[in-house]
Amino acid sequence: MEIKPTWCPGCGNFGIWLSLKNALTQLNIGTDDGVVVYGVGCHGNMDDWMKMYGVAALHGRTLPVAQGLKLANRALPVIVVSGDGDCLGEGGNHFIHAAKRNPDITVLIHDNQVYGLTTGQASPTAEAGFKTKSTPEGVFDEPVNPLTLAITAGATFVARGFAGDAPGLTALIKAAVEHKGFAVIDILQPCVTFDKVHTYQWYRERIYTIETPDNKMKALEKAMEWGNKIPVGIFYKEDKPTSEDHEAVITAENPPIQELLSEFI
Amino acid sequence: MLNSVTWKIGGEAGFGIMASGTMLARTFSRAGYYVLATNEYPSRIRGGHNLVTVRIATDNFDAMNRDLHILVALNRETVDIHKQELNENALVIFDPKDGDQSAADFPKPVKLIAVPLTDLVTKFTGEPVMRNTVAIGASLALLGGPFANFETVIADQFKKKGVDVIKRNVDIARAGYDYVKQTYGSENSMNLSPATKKEDQLIVNASEAIGIGAARAGLKFAAIYPMTPINALITFLADHAKRLNIVYKQPEDEISGINMAIGASLAGVRSMVATSGGGFALMVEGLSWAGMIEVPLVIDLGMRVGPSTGMPTWSEQGELQFVIHAGHGEFPRIVLAPADAADAYALTVDAFNLADRYQVPVFVLTDKYINESQWCVPKAHMSGDVVIDRGKILADGKPRYDLSVPDGISPRSFIGQKGGYYCANSYEHDEVGHVTEKPEIRVAMSAKRLKKFEAMKKDVRTPAVFGDTEAEITFVTWGSTRGPVLEAMKLLEAVGKKTKLVHFSWIYPFPTEETMKLLSPATHLVDVEQNATGQLAALIREHTGILMKDKLLKNDGRIWFPEEIVEKVSALWK
Repeated sequence: MEIKPTWCPGCGNFGIWLSLKNALTQLNIGTDDGVVVYGVGCHGNMDDWMKMYGVAALHGRTLPVAQGLKLANRALPVIVVSGDGDCLGEGGNHFIHAAKRNPDITVLIHDNQVYGLTTGQASPTAEAGFKTKSTPEGVFDEPVNPLTLAITAGATFVARGFAGDAPGLTALIKAAVEHKGFAVIDILQPCVTFDKVHTYQWYRERIYTIETPDNKMKALEKAMEWGNKIPVGIFYKEDKPTSEDHEAVITAENPPIQELLSEFI
Repeated sequence: MLNSVTWKIGGEAGFGIMASGTMLARTFSRAGYYVLATNEYPSRIRGGHNLVTVRIATDNFDAMNRDLHILVALNRETVDIHKQELNENALVIFDPKDGDQSAADFPKPVKLIAVPLTDLVTKFTGEPVMRNTVAIGASLALLGGPFANFETVIADQFKKKGVDVIKRNVDIARAGYDYVKQTYGSENSMNLSPATKKEDQLIVNASEAIGIGAARAGLKFAAIYPMTPINALITFLADHAKRLNIVYKQPEDEISGINMAIGASLAGVRSMVATSGGGFALMVEGLSWAGMIEVPLVIDLGMRVGPSTGMPTWSEQGELQFVIHAGHGEFPRIVLAPADAADAYALTVDAFNLADRYQVPVFVLTDKYINESQWCVPKAHMSGDVVIDRGKILADGKPRYDLSVPDGISPRSFIGQKGGYYCANSYEHDEVGHVTEKPEIRVAMSAKRLKKFEAMKKDVRTPAVFGDTEAEITFVTWGSTRGPVLEAMKLLEAVGKKTKLVHFSWIYPFPTEETMKLLSPATHLVDVEQNATGQLAALIREHTGILMKDKLLKNDGRIWFPEEIVEKVSALWK
């Protein structure tokens, strides 16, 4: 059966999909070798076009599911494909807590400032003043900054990529999956249907690649840069024990029952 | 000599009240007595009135009764609150430092046992918090109890703290014991009849029993957000995780908890969550997802008084209809409701097998009463062989959601398993797990899931029947209300009234035919529940058409006393 992507022609998701497949191929992760956990949103439709173990989770719940998978089978590469609404709106609390635990998981945030699947409402990363179906007078709130949030919450690999730069994004995804710890890539993704402001052209005129800063404060400073110049690349990287490193290694052994029960006599 | 004595200790939170109950229960359990310890406390850490009641008997029993033979008052308030409950000629242990007591102030004749708890603690350079240990020593003297067993209990309790701490506690306990022996040496009215030790008994609450059951069933992952009344399960899992090779994770909320547990289950390990009603409300979305992707999951729901935050430390059976109906959309599930800790252990083992066999969520529906009471359970009950059935695991390369299986249960692959590729999809999906909106696939996939109700019939259990087949009155109840009803039946039998009990621990899928056979020919049906609306009665009406007009319902957070049931049912007798 031929299954064709249902994204709008020109959607930024195509570039992310391509980059993820390239990275997985380069990392030699095949159909049965890992799992991708998808959220709900335009990004999540990718599950139908990936021949790889998938979990199409509930909206916002990708990270808890991914942590459960990883804690149960720490040899399994676990990649999360999520959106700005999914990861930072509905799943915002999970994002903070996943980052502080540092599980060995890679998270790709498809960041297009809108809810595309529900036809164009403002997302948590929408810039102030951005007019959408749910904000006819423009967004009043401050946007969530996924990079500073990830860095301050404890993520150990924090990067930003651009959906219009497949080679650059492929390299970032590969580095993120290879990183042992919680790796976040915020991916600037034009929505060609509901966002006439942040177009491919708009991003191309602004983005530039940075050298990774050598400490957290400098990383935060870079991560807060936005406007006429938008930095992309790896902002922060740190080696730290992962969430799984602290836990028991699951084995099929039977529990020492007599010893266990003797505590309760 | 008495065959059953009820002892109560009360005082401020932080006085070690809870530990006292467990230690006294263990002491008598080790000597071969049957015991049950219940607690009552408000939802705060310090201050407030804490209470533990321990019933000790030479013969097995099923519930606390209204007796109160010995009251230990660690403060004055305890006497004021509980003097109405005392049996005639009850003993009251108090510290004169908390203020004098006069027997004339009590509604019934009592004997006051003044014990200088504070002075004795000070004499042995103990902390004020150790007054409870003196009080247990004093109580043992009055009960004619086995002091040597109490020494072993202290030794085990303080093993990690070293021999000095153990010795000091034993000395302090003995000071209380000796004081009563010397001062009230002739007082033997509350001496227990001797018991003979038969076998090792455990003292466990239902949360611990569920932990032990889960470990024996091969639990490997649990994500549990703290909530009364299931916190003892968290302690059990966190303390034993490394030794049992279990991962216990504290999630940021219950939504995360159930999604983590589902993730672990998808990867092929047995996993569970536990919570109370409010936490489960947050899990409902995840429950529906588990139903959609057909993933095994065990949910321990410890009911407490609702709605909303309710009365967090008090007991209720208010969530029976909630767990049956929770979740958007239609999907199968199983609901089990244990009556006590022994039952909680056995049903937890069953729950994991049922979850794997049918690839559905399975509830172990408990409550504050069984989760926080200390029950005595024969050790053999929890150390026997456990059969583990992991259900159908993919081996032949068929798609994960194979529609051709007659019973609706298609073999599942563990994520990462070679040759088992699929997508666990929250959307309606085809046999591989791809999204579909085609009507014929939707209908077939929904039918596949719902077919499991039919398959489950071979595991559905007939309600248990107790008592007299010639009964004039048939009690109907579920879960933890079994104990009080069984004790009420004993009291009724003693006055020549014949009753029986039909008890449901397998709640859902509802055992319709079995219930029809048991209830249709029965005479006078009386529903007994710990809630205000009669949720089991409604379920029985829904599935069988049988209407129970007489309902004994109670929702003040306090467990039924058998005597209360007797009073209420006597009024119904023709």
